[in-house]
Amino acid sequence: MFQWKKVFKSVWFFIFLIFLLILWSYFHYPVVTVAVLASALRQSTPLALGALCGLIGERSGVINIGMEGQMLLSAFLGFLVSVWTGNLLFAVLAGVMTGALTGLLLAFMSVTLRIDQIIGGTVINILAFGLTGYFYQVGLSTKGKLQPISLGPLQDIPLLGPVLFNNPPITYLTLLLVLVMHYLLFYTRWGLRTRAVGEHPRAVDTLGINVFFMRYANVVLGGAIAGLAGAFLTLEAVGSFERGMTNGRGFVALAVMIFGKWTPIGSWGAALLFGFAISLQTQLQFGGLITIPHQFIGMLPYLLTVIVLAGFVGRARPPASIGMPYTKE
Amino acid sequence: MLNKKKNKLLHFWRTVDVPVVAVLFSAVIGAVLLRISGADPLDAYRALFQGSLGNISAFGRTLQKATPLIFSGLAVAFAFKAGLFNIGTQGQLLFGALAAAMVGFTVQGVPAWLHIPLALLIGALAGGLYGMIQGALKAYTGAHEVITGIMLNYVAINLTDYLTNGPLKDTTPGNIIARTPLILETSQLPSIGAFPLGFGLALLVALVVWWLLQQTTIGFEICTVGNNPHAASYAGMNVNYTLVGTMLFSGMLAGLGGAVETLGVVHRYQPGFNVGLGFEGITIALLGKTHPVGVILASILVGAMKAGASQMQFSAGVDKAIIDVILALILFFVAADVLIRKILRYRDTKGEDVILSTGWGK
Amino acid sequence: MEQIPVLQLRGITKCFGEVLANDQVDFDLYPGEIHVLLGENGAGKSTLMNVIYGLSTPDAGTIFFEGSSVQIDRPRTAIDHGINMVHQHFMLIPVFTVAENIMLGDEVTRGWSLDRKRAYQEIQQLSEDYGLQLDMEARIENLSVGLQQRVEIMKALYRKTRVLILDEPTAVLTPQEVDDLFEVMHQLIRKGISIILITHKLREVMHIASRITVMRRGRVIGTTSPAKSNEGELAAMMVGRQVTLQFEKTPLQTQEVVLDVQELTVSDEQDREVVHRVSFQVRAGEILGIAGVQGNGQSEMALALSGLRPFKRGRLCLSGKEMTSLNPRALMNHGLAHIPEDRQKHGLVLPYSVADNQILNTYHHFPFSSFLQRHQQAVLTNSNQLIDQYDIRASGPGSPVSTLSGGNQQKVIISRELNRDICCLLANQPTRGLDVGSIEYIHQQILKLRDQGVAVLLISSELDEIMSLADTIAVMYCGKIVMNTPADQLTKEQLGAIMAGS
Repeated sequence: MFQWKKVFKSVWFFIFLIFLLILWSYFHYPVVTVAVLASALRQSTPLALGALCGLIGERSGVINIGMEGQMLLSAFLGFLVSVWTGNLLFAVLAGVMTGALTGLLLAFMSVTLRIDQIIGGTVINILAFGLTGYFYQVGLSTKGKLQPISLGPLQDIPLLGPVLFNNPPITYLTLLLVLVMHYLLFYTRWGLRTRAVGEHPRAVDTLGINVFFMRYANVVLGGAIAGLAGAFLTLEAVGSFERGMTNGRGFVALAVMIFGKWTPIGSWGAALLFGFAISLQTQLQFGGLITIPHQFIGMLPYLLTVIVLAGFVGRARPPASIGMPYTKE
Repeated sequence: MLNKKKNKLLHFWRTVDVPVVAVLFSAVIGAVLLRISGADPLDAYRALFQGSLGNISAFGRTLQKATPLIFSGLAVAFAFKAGLFNIGTQGQLLFGALAAAMVGFTVQGVPAWLHIPLALLIGALAGGLYGMIQGALKAYTGAHEVITGIMLNYVAINLTDYLTNGPLKDTTPGNIIARTPLILETSQLPSIGAFPLGFGLALLVALVVWWLLQQTTIGFEICTVGNNPHAASYAGMNVNYTLVGTMLFSGMLAGLGGAVETLGVVHRYQPGFNVGLGFEGITIALLGKTHPVGVILASILVGAMKAGASQMQFSAGVDKAIIDVILALILFFVAADVLIRKILRYRDTKGEDVILSTGWGK
Repeated sequence: MEQIPVLQLRGITKCFGEVLANDQVDFDLYPGEIHVLLGENGAGKSTLMNVIYGLSTPDAGTIFFEGSSVQIDRPRTAIDHGINMVHQHFMLIPVFTVAENIMLGDEVTRGWSLDRKRAYQEIQQLSEDYGLQLDMEARIENLSVGLQQRVEIMKALYRKTRVLILDEPTAVLTPQEVDDLFEVMHQLIRKGISIILITHKLREVMHIASRITVMRRGRVIGTTSPAKSNEGELAAMMVGRQVTLQFEKTPLQTQEVVLDVQELTVSDEQDREVVHRVSFQVRAGEILGIAGVQGNGQSEMALALSGLRPFKRGRLCLSGKEMTSLNPRALMNHGLAHIPEDRQKHGLVLPYSVADNQILNTYHHFPFSSFLQRHQQAVLTNSNQLIDQYDIRASGPGSPVSTLSGGNQQKVIISRELNRDICCLLANQPTRGLDVGSIEYIHQQILKLRDQGVAVLLISSELDEIMSLADTIAVMYCGKIVMNTPADQLTKEQLGAIMAGS
C-alpha cells in the first residue's frame, strides 16, 4: 500500500513542492524571482554560519546563545581592521579571530568556570553590544567591500546562474563550510568524538578522551565561524558598521539550528527557508505585491521555531548533555 | 559578645561578598577601558555620581530608572526559584507596557484612583498571559523556556511594532513615528516631589514576592519544584500547574514593570523605549542573589548608573554605552562566583552552582 | 604462587574530605584469575577501582604493573596498559551504534575519514573468537541490558585488555544472563585475561571466584578463596559481626483486603507496555513481596500505584474505595504511604533541611500551615520529635539532607511516610544501597507496621529480603505476575528459577 501520509511528512516532498513553486514563479516573473532567490541566499549566509557555530558547540555539549554578540563584535573588529589597513583579507581574518576569541571566552565560562551556559552567552551578548557601542565612532568608512566573483560560463545558466554562481567569496565559502562540517561531524574521528562528548561526557572520559579539550576546541571553532558571519555582515553585505547591526540574526541562527535538527545540511536548508522569508518580507514591504503587514512575515521564523520545539511538527532531539557542565569525580 | 558580633559581621559579609566584589572589579575594568579610550576615569565616575546621587532630583531620577529594573529583576528571580530561566521578560514587559498604554488612552471619564490601578492590572495581565505561554509550553510539551522566550521576544517586538504602526498609531496630525497616542492625565502615575510613586509600588510588590516565596505554601511548592521536580510530584504537588503559575506570576511582574514605565515615565507606548529592561532583569536577579531585598539594592545601583550616564556623557564626554560594558562585566563576575571566591581565598571554592539550562528538549 | 602478579597495589590511601575511602589497601591480581572484591556499599571498592583505572589519584600508595611501578593518572594510561573497566552504569552512548561505541577512542582511520569497514571486520573477528554475537549496526538504546553489557566487554577486548574490572555486573541481569556472563568470564580467563569482580552477592562469589578479598570501611579485612571459606564467614567479614537476616514473625491473620489491583496495564516513557494486566490483593497485616529482576516492570507499576503514572487499563481499590488513576495527593490522603525506589530523585529534596523534607507531602495541612501562611515553628517541633523517634543522625532539624548518610536519608523518608495515619505501605527497594545496620532497622519498621495491621506491598530484587519479610510472594517477569503463593511453600532455589522466567 502506498503511504501518502509518509510522503507528506517527508522533507523531499516539501523540497519538490518548493522547486515547483520556484519554477512557476520564474516562468511568470523572471526578474523578481531571481532577485528574491539571490537575496534569499545572501540573507541565509549569516544564518547558516551562525547555525554551524551553534550546532558544533551544542554537539559537544555547550549551548551557545552568545552568537549574536560574537557576530556583532567580529563584524566590528573586521570593520575596524578594514578601515585601518584597507586590506579586506586581513579584515576578514580579524573578524574570524575575534569570533574565535569570544568562543574561547564562552568555553572558559562554561567549561572551566562552569557558569550556567545561558548566562555565559548573555554575558557575551551584552558585552559585545556595550563594547561596540562604546568604541564605535560615527563617520568611519571603508574602502569598498568584497565583490561578487562570477564563475565564468556557469553564470549563464538560466535561473541557477545568477542566483548561485555570481556571489561574493564568503557566500561561496559558506556553501563549502556546510559540506566540510557535514563531513567533519559524521565521517571523521573528530566528529565521532565531538558527538560522543555531547551525548555522554563521562563515557567519553572513561575512554581516555579529554572532554574539556573537545569542548574548548569545538566552541572556539564555532566562534571562528560566527566571526566569519560577522565579517560577512560588514565586509560583504553592508560595507560599513552600524550599532546593533546583527539585529537578532544570532538568535535566528539558533532557531535555524534547531530547525535543521543539529545537522549542517539540515541547518543550511532551514537557513535558506528563513532567508527566503526575510527576502520575501523585504520584497513585500517595498514591492507592495500583497498586503500582509511585513511584521507578520518577520515573526514567522520565530513562531515556527516555537512550534517545532513544542513538537507539533516532528520532534528534534538535541544532544543529551547540553547545558550541563562536566565535572570529574 | 564581641566574638558574636564579629561572627554576625562575617556572616553579613559572606552574603554580600560576591556582588560587592563583582561591582568593584567591574568598575576597575571599566576605568581601564575609559583610560584606553582617552577619557579620565575619575572625572567620568564623579560625573556619574553627581548625575545619580548628587542632589535630590538626581536621586529621584535614579529611583525612576531603578523602578522598572526592580520589576524585571523580580520577574527573573521569581522564575529562577522554580528552576525556570525567564529570558522572555523582555516580551512580557513590552506587552505590559502596550496594554497599559491602551487602557491609558482609550478608557475615558474615570477618576485617577480607578484609572491607574486598572491600567496597571491590565498591563500585568497582558505580561502574565504572555509569560504563561512559555510556562505552558514547558510544562506540557517540554519546549525549553529559554528558546521559546527568545523567540517570543521577537514575536512581541514584531507584534507591538505592527500595532503601533497600524491600528494603535498616534493619529495626531504631522506624526510619522510609530507610537501610540499619549495616555490621559487620569492614568499618569505621579511623583511625590522627586519620589516617583512607581518606586513605592515596586517596593510593595517586592514585599509581596518575599512573603509569597518565604512564608506561604505556594512558595514552598515553587521552590520544591525548582529544586527537585520529581520529588515535588511524588509529594503530591502538581508540577505542571506550578510551572505555568510561576510563569504567569513572573510575566505579571514583568508586565507590571512595563506598565509602570508607561504610566509613570514615557506616557505612551513607543517601540524602542523599553528595550533592554528585560535583559537587565537577568543581571539584577543574579546581582541581587535572587532575593527581593538584593534585587532592590541591585536595581538602585544599576538605576544610578543609568541615571548618571547622561551627566557623564555631557560633562566628561564619555559615551553612555560604557554602562552596558560595565553591566556585562558585573553579570560575568556575579555568575563566575567561583572565580571571586578563589580571589578572596575562600577554602570552599565551590560556589552555589546555578545550572538551569539543561537541554532544549524534554 | 610463583607467578608475578599482573597488578599489585601497595598501601593505597584515598581521602574524600574527612572520609577515609581507602586506608592502606594492598591488593594482588595474578594472570588468569578471577579475583573477587567483596564488600558492602561504601566499603571503598569503587574508589579502589577508580584508582586503578586512573579516574582518581590516590593520596598515597603505589601501583605495580607486571612488577614495575606505574603512575596511572588518567584512564588513557590504564587503557594503554591493558586495564579496562566495565562500569556499573554502562558507559555507552545511547544514540550510537554498537560498532561506534566499541571503536570510540581507538578509531581506525583512513586518511581523515573513519574506516568503518575495517573496524567492523576487526570487531566481527573478535566477536567470533569469543563467541559474543552482536549486531554491529544496532543502536545501543534498542538493546537489552544484557546485550549492552556484552558491548562493554567487547569494548575492553577491542582494546586488547589484560586486566578487566567488572563493577557489580550482575545487579541488572536476569539469572539466565548471569550464567551467560559467567560463561564469558571463564572463557576470558582461559585466554589469560585477569578479572577483578566487584560484588556484594555472596552466592555468586562462591560460584565464580578464584580468590576473594573482603573490604570494610576502606580497609582490606582479608583474602581467602571459596574452598577455604563459606558464605556465613564471608558475611561476617563483610559486616564485621554475625548477621541474622531472619526475624521472628507472628503468624499471618487473614483480614480484609486493603489494596486491590485488577488488570493493571502501564506503559513506560517510550510508550511501550511494560506492565500487562497485573492483578493482586494485599490484606491488612500482610506483606506481599513482589520479587523479580530489575527492569521487569516493577518501577512503572510502583509509579502507577502511587499515582505518578497513568493507568492504561485496570483499576485500583484502596480499602474498598475506587482510586483508579487518581493523583498522588488523593492516594496519600486515603492512607497510602510510599517509599520510593530512588530516594534521592523521588523521595527527597537534597538542598532542603531535614525538617522541610519531613513535611514534604503534608506541608499544606494544619499545623504546618493555615490558609497560605506556613508555620515554621510547627515544622521544627515536628522534626525534633521525629529525629528522636526514628533515631536520625543529623546535626539538627535545620541541616540539609544532602549532608546525611544514605541510611539516615532513608530514615527521613520513613519518618515522614509512617508518621501519618496509613492503611497501606508501598515500599520499593527500601534497602537498596544501605549498610546492614540500616537494613535491619528498616526491616523491623516494616514488620512493625504489618503487625499494626497495615497492608505492605514490598517490591525488591533482593531474594533474601523477600524471603525473610514476605507472607505472600509474587514474582514479576516481563511485566506479568507469573506466580503468587504463600511464602512458606517456596524455597530460595525455586524462587530464583521463577524469577528467571522458567
